[in-house]
Amino acid sequence: MKILFPFVAVMTLIIVVVAGVQFANLQFLFGVIIPYAALVTFTAGIIYRVIKWAGSPVPFCIPTTCGQQKSMPWIKQSKLENPSSSLWVIGRMALEVFFFRSLFRNIKTEMREGPKVVYGSDKWLWMSGLAFHWSFLIILLRHFRFFSVKVPYLIHVIESLDSFLQIGAPLFYMTDAVILAAVTYLFIRRIALPQIKYISLAADYFPLLLILGIACTGVMMRYFTKVDVVGVKQLAMGLMTFNPVIPNGIGVLLYIHLFLISVLFAYFPFSKLVHMAGVFLSPTRNMANNSRMVRHINPWNYPVHVHTYEEYENDFREKMKMVEIPVDKE
Amino acid sequence: MAKFTTKPNELSKINLIPPQTEWMDTPVEIKEHMFCHPAKIKDLETVGFPNAREWKPTEEDWKLPDNWERTILEGMQSLLKKYRSFSLFMDICVRCGACADKCHFFIGSGDPKNMPVLRAELMRSVYRGNFTLAGKILKKISGARDLTVNVLKEWWYYFYQCTECRRCSVFCPYGIDQAEITMMGRELLNLLGLNIGWIAGPVAACYMKGNHLGLEPHTIKSSIDLFVDDIETITGIKITPSFNRKGAEILFVTPSGDLFANPGTYTAMGYLMLFHELGLDYTWSTYASEGGNFGFFTTNEMAKRLNSKIYAEAKRLGVKWILGGECGHMWRVLSQYMDTWNGPADFLEVPVSPITGTKFENTRATKMVHISEFTADLIKNGKLKLDKSRNDHLKVTFHDSCNTSRGMGLLEEPRYVLKNVCNHFYEMPENTIREKTFCCGSGTGLNASENMELRMRGGFPRANAVKHVHDKHGVNMLANICAIDRATLSASMDYWVPGVAVAGTTELVANALVMKGEIERTLDIRLEPLPGKEASEEVN
Repeated sequence: MKILFPFVAVMTLIIVVVAGVQFANLQFLFGVIIPYAALVTFTAGIIYRVIKWAGSPVPFCIPTTCGQQKSMPWIKQSKLENPSSSLWVIGRMALEVFFFRSLFRNIKTEMREGPKVVYGSDKWLWMSGLAFHWSFLIILLRHFRFFSVKVPYLIHVIESLDSFLQIGAPLFYMTDAVILAAVTYLFIRRIALPQIKYISLAADYFPLLLILGIACTGVMMRYFTKVDVVGVKQLAMGLMTFNPVIPNGIGVLLYIHLFLISVLFAYFPFSKLVHMAGVFLSPTRNMANNSRMVRHINPWNYPVHVHTYEEYENDFREKMKMVEIPVDKE
Repeated sequence: MAKFTTKPNELSKINLIPPQTEWMDTPVEIKEHMFCHPAKIKDLETVGFPNAREWKPTEEDWKLPDNWERTILEGMQSLLKKYRSFSLFMDICVRCGACADKCHFFIGSGDPKNMPVLRAELMRSVYRGNFTLAGKILKKISGARDLTVNVLKEWWYYFYQCTECRRCSVFCPYGIDQAEITMMGRELLNLLGLNIGWIAGPVAACYMKGNHLGLEPHTIKSSIDLFVDDIETITGIKITPSFNRKGAEILFVTPSGDLFANPGTYTAMGYLMLFHELGLDYTWSTYASEGGNFGFFTTNEMAKRLNSKIYAEAKRLGVKWILGGECGHMWRVLSQYMDTWNGPADFLEVPVSPITGTKFENTRATKMVHISEFTADLIKNGKLKLDKSRNDHLKVTFHDSCNTSRGMGLLEEPRYVLKNVCNHFYEMPENTIREKTFCCGSGTGLNASENMELRMRGGFPRANAVKHVHDKHGVNMLANICAIDRATLSASMDYWVPGVAVAGTTELVANALVMKGEIERTLDIRLEPLPGKEASEEVN
């Protein structure tokens, strides 16, 4: 059910767009209205999410420290793993966001005879996660060639790096293979590892299948059906300049591709995919461990009932005097 | 309840295959030896906690107050508004599973609901069902569920099977911290009076009497008097500590557990000997006689109420700064919470060691120095005369406390101290120490006796790493800087690795400390003969 439902959902999406384009001539809906709507939903949704999170304060300074603290000058502080200043926090966050530092620590715990618990290096999740996210980003950036009159220099650089193997025509992009492999691995791992399967929800399979659908249609258009690139650029530029046009002959695959992307964007803010924005706000990572040096303020700190020394002494004065512990009131 | 008698070889047969039924369709089974007794009515009433009543976890009816669902959901709403961590951690988990096999309770039990991700999902599912649009519409398909009595029972069972050790948070790509979620869970359960006795008792005692054990002022003094007598037997030196003394330079605060039971008492003797040798102008307090804070395992407010005594007493006595003893969660609270709750401590001065002149700049806000920082500085500056050979009969390893490593980063200081007082020091495997250290298995107030199976399961990964160095190097002493470790690791060692004893770091310091005017030592701090030392006398 957890896998079937998202699978059926993605299939249904594809059928809807094929039917809409082939039989009902809804090109304008799928090529223009829905992409716009999706982008608006994505932007507004992410902003809403971030504002909502940011609306809750961070009452305490709770970084998870993963290295030596700053103490005496002769003890070497681990500045990236346990930063005490904003500059090093930025460094820590950069490592986290660009290289998935914490996931890199991943180890596999196994039980052997004895009983003996052993810990092995396990970089597969880190590697596939990193491969997936980076190739996704590069592919996304490459697509900007469709949305700009003159292709920016940076995009050229990315393209030539991505295709430096110089195979085939059109040139083969490595990231296309990488994203397919990484997403497939991430999907298989959810089914093959019993514990991961047990924790997985439909909401975990759905985005993977959606992205797999997006990547497959993209690959098919580029390498196999050879989509009409001029038409695609016309469509993209039309969207970009708020002067939408529906060119002829760009094929149904493009509409599937575009629709699945639209769904992904619209789904983004309402799903676990918001981790993209959330990671920047995570207090265990984005705070300096300096609460012994600088007072952290809790905006909702309020006075509480305490048992005062005076009350304590009243309870125990005689006993204290008996053993010559000094008292305030004789 | 029958006594827990399962043997280690039985307990270590861990079934890692998840049940056939989905976790949401697998109702919680409250198992004997895995949970703690409920809180006593009088303890909850002492501090004004709501819904104090008699109830039994194993009975069907938990005698919940009317409208309890509303209480929980309103409580959740309020916590979501108060804590960004909570709000964020409810939304961003992708269930990658990196945390799954990092939890000591999961490793020791194989229970899938002890994977941090799933323990968090117990609450996230209710969050989705009640606070998100997708969850309200798609229900179970989006991982949402309603808040039912069974869900509540599951929360209670599993939020008291988490020691807030934060090991999962080290591995999470977004830093999601199960400790935060457990804290919220316990805060909510507390609204319904679903607290446990082993936490509520110490909280009430600490509130009224100043310490978890409920030691009254004269009892504290007589405990320390006994240590003083023992120290005189060992060293020939008579120490006269002071209590509640106004005008002392330093207030010393340490967990009360060390005044009460072995081997913590030896650590307390170590403090007394060290401070005497230094001629430190310090005082104990009977009012602020607790460094630890079991309130931290109930509600944020309660933790603050208990913690307030430390600064209040420092102010009343007019000391310059505060020195803190060895304890784990105590230092999480002191490092990350105390100043925010009860500061600013502007009536104190930035701590300066009167012996070395070192200014502890890293504590310039809280004005509270850790004993390992203090001792490491003394040794670095050559202020202690140490005879390491007195610890030659010990092969020592060091257990990092969860909180000092992952909520502070105090890693090198205690190691530096140990390497200077012991000749034989061996590290446990790298994936089990420092920021990756394992919990003793009994933190956050779970160090009761009725939940012994839980404790031994949770303690298994730590014990197993000790066993590794015990087998490889003959390690026979597990040093630490935590009172709960001293109280609980002994049981875990006896169960999993017989032949390994447990000691506070300062005990080993005191063993090696050559004091001015002392008699030739033939006894260690435990009043046991010092191997080698009595023989050399005979030769002479």
